[in-house]
Amino acid sequence: MNDMTFVERDVDTNEVKIAAKDVQVFYGDNHAIKDVSVEIEDKTVTAFIGPSGCGKSTFLRCINRMNDTIDVCRVTGDLRIDNEDIYDTKVDPVQLRAKVGMVFQKPNPFPKSIYDNVAYGPRIHGLSKNKTDLDDIVERSLRRAAIWDEVKDRLHAPGMGLSGGQQQRLCIARAVATEPEVLLMDEPCSALDPIATAQVEELIDELRKRYSVVIVTHSMQQAARVSQRTAFFHLGSLVEYGATSNIFTNPVDPRTESYITGRIG
Amino acid sequence: MPLTWLVLIIFTIAAAGFVMGRKRALQNAGGDRRELHSLPVYYGSNVAMWAIVPAVAVLIVWMLVQPFFVNSRVLATLPDTIVSEGSSIGLVMSDVRRVAEGLDIAVVQGVMSRDEAASISAEISDIRESLGEVGVAVGSKVSTEVMKGAQLYRTLNAVGSMMMNVVVLLFAFGGAGYAYSKSTADFRARNMVERGVLAMLIAAASIAILTTIGILFALLFNTIEFFKLYPAADFFFGTRWAPSFSGRGGASDLGVLPLLWGTFYISFIALLVAVPIGLFSAIYLSEYAGPKVRGIVKPLIEILAGIPTIVYGLFALLTVGPLLMRMFGKDTFGWMQGGTAVITAGLVMGIMLIPFVSSLSDDIINAVPQALRDGSYGLGATKSETIRQVILPAALPGIVGAILLAASRAIGETMIVVLGAGAAARLSMNPFDAMTTITAKIVSQLTGDADFVSPEALVAFALGMTLFVLTLGLNVFALFIVRKYREQYD
Repeated sequence: MNDMTFVERDVDTNEVKIAAKDVQVFYGDNHAIKDVSVEIEDKTVTAFIGPSGCGKSTFLRCINRMNDTIDVCRVTGDLRIDNEDIYDTKVDPVQLRAKVGMVFQKPNPFPKSIYDNVAYGPRIHGLSKNKTDLDDIVERSLRRAAIWDEVKDRLHAPGMGLSGGQQQRLCIARAVATEPEVLLMDEPCSALDPIATAQVEELIDELRKRYSVVIVTHSMQQAARVSQRTAFFHLGSLVEYGATSNIFTNPVDPRTESYITGRIG
Repeated sequence: MPLTWLVLIIFTIAAAGFVMGRKRALQNAGGDRRELHSLPVYYGSNVAMWAIVPAVAVLIVWMLVQPFFVNSRVLATLPDTIVSEGSSIGLVMSDVRRVAEGLDIAVVQGVMSRDEAASISAEISDIRESLGEVGVAVGSKVSTEVMKGAQLYRTLNAVGSMMMNVVVLLFAFGGAGYAYSKSTADFRARNMVERGVLAMLIAAASIAILTTIGILFALLFNTIEFFKLYPAADFFFGTRWAPSFSGRGGASDLGVLPLLWGTFYISFIALLVAVPIGLFSAIYLSEYAGPKVRGIVKPLIEILAGIPTIVYGLFALLTVGPLLMRMFGKDTFGWMQGGTAVITAGLVMGIMLIPFVSSLSDDIINAVPQALRDGSYGLGATKSETIRQVILPAALPGIVGAILLAASRAIGETMIVVLGAGAAARLSMNPFDAMTTITAKIVSQLTGDADFVSPEALVAFALGMTLFVLTLGLNVFALFIVRKYREQYD
């Protein structure tokens, strides 16, 4: 672990954006998430690490209620964004997801043009006043996702025709185009090569200025590079949560230490 | 010896060969199956295969060739004078076969003895009467020559069958013996059996392909025959369909355009019904319905596909037609003259096509990756926005393919049209008029007493060819689109 470099960043004391308390998730009879309580700060990158099947992605998907689309999945406990219970019956999951964007593990551009992919969210939420406005949003989003220069000459080419790394950045552009407040990223670099990964990581750091970013990753180096705070999940429980530098240099729980030194997982 | 017995004996030889071959290989390996090249069962199968395949092949070829051979031998003995005015040698031969058949039955029923049947002469006894007694009607008085021919026919057939039995059994024994002698421990029985299986699979595939080619050629030759009798330009561009029936004389108008128009008009209405309903039910089933509802509704819709088309035809004739008459007939709007009309057939055909469209579209919508749905939901899209803007565009090529397949079925559909659309060939825009289609006219041109050399009958082949080219084109186009779509996500 000596090769790991920490970017010393000023971790300001930001206000809490997402607060989870005693969250439980069941897939049928399987108890997938047990008593997870965590407070995720605004304008911070929070990394979820842990071995496969430990529930990090499941917990991530609770935050924008993507688990609602799975029939057998049941979520209990208290999950608040900006102190508003997102599992309250009067919350519309559709509106919640507009506020909490998500980038998936595998790039999943729609079978549409690059432009239409990015314009999808703004169009369905009516975020643009007119065509020029929409053009601006698309350009701004693509620039923020660091892909504008590569695609500006072929905005109307199909999004499926891009390379894997470009597709993933397109999906990020698509997610930021709806102006979310929280961005959830489920292993966004697992299908990317090191160069594309570096670009996406740079982008995540950039996004931190405006959003609360939660990223699930299998790469501890990546967690160390991009995040300010890290949560370690093991067998459905949150084992340890704290400042990234603390977790990696001075873990409290022996399980965390075993995992980051490569003995379990 | 009847055929069933022969086949049973071949299979018995094969079964015995199986046991013996297996045993011999095992013995050869000193009883240790690990010394064998293949599993013991392969040695047995190899012997059985060698017993069955050559013998059955010889059997099939023999049965195809023997009738030709016998026919030509009998024909050679018949004098030219036997063909009377207005008759042909073919008719005489069919008399010969009938008499021979009658003699066979007479022997089986015990009316005649075996020797009697072989030696009886037409001059002394009244064959026609005695054959009539056993239930075989012969058209005219049986002449001496025909009687002789029939007796020769019987003898030749009997000898032929006898020889066939012997030869086939020889092949069965020979094959089994050959394979048995090879069943040693080193023999690669498994590879041999695998090759046999491969050959069987190839044979099955080629039968399907050869049949298609055969049908195509039959259509093609008869179509060419038709165009020799009737100008092709008049057929393809003629706007009148008025065949005169054989015997009455007079020239027929055999223009295909009214039929083509009727075919397309009815298919169009059918698709107008089937596409929206089928597509919407597919969307409901694949995106909204829970697994329980889906498990019940999907098979129920597919039951529609299992209803025979003649039943749909009855439904059109007896239910939908009268219903439409009440709604649009002379009592109300006066648009409709009779229950059979384009709209009747179109509606019912549309109902028939619903499961076709819905089942295929359902599969295609399900094939759209879940990742795309997640992506859309993750951006805050509702279910219907996701379906309209992501899933349907992604599935569109496949859905178009499904619709084209349904269209080609609509074009080829017969019974609903025969019963529901009427029989008048006309070029009209009014959907309440009776019209007819290519398929319905093929039926009406060939049913009844058709003289297969007149253009009125041969036109059926030209119509069939037109239909074949149309549906083939549509199918190829549809498959092309569906395949192109599949590549997108692989």
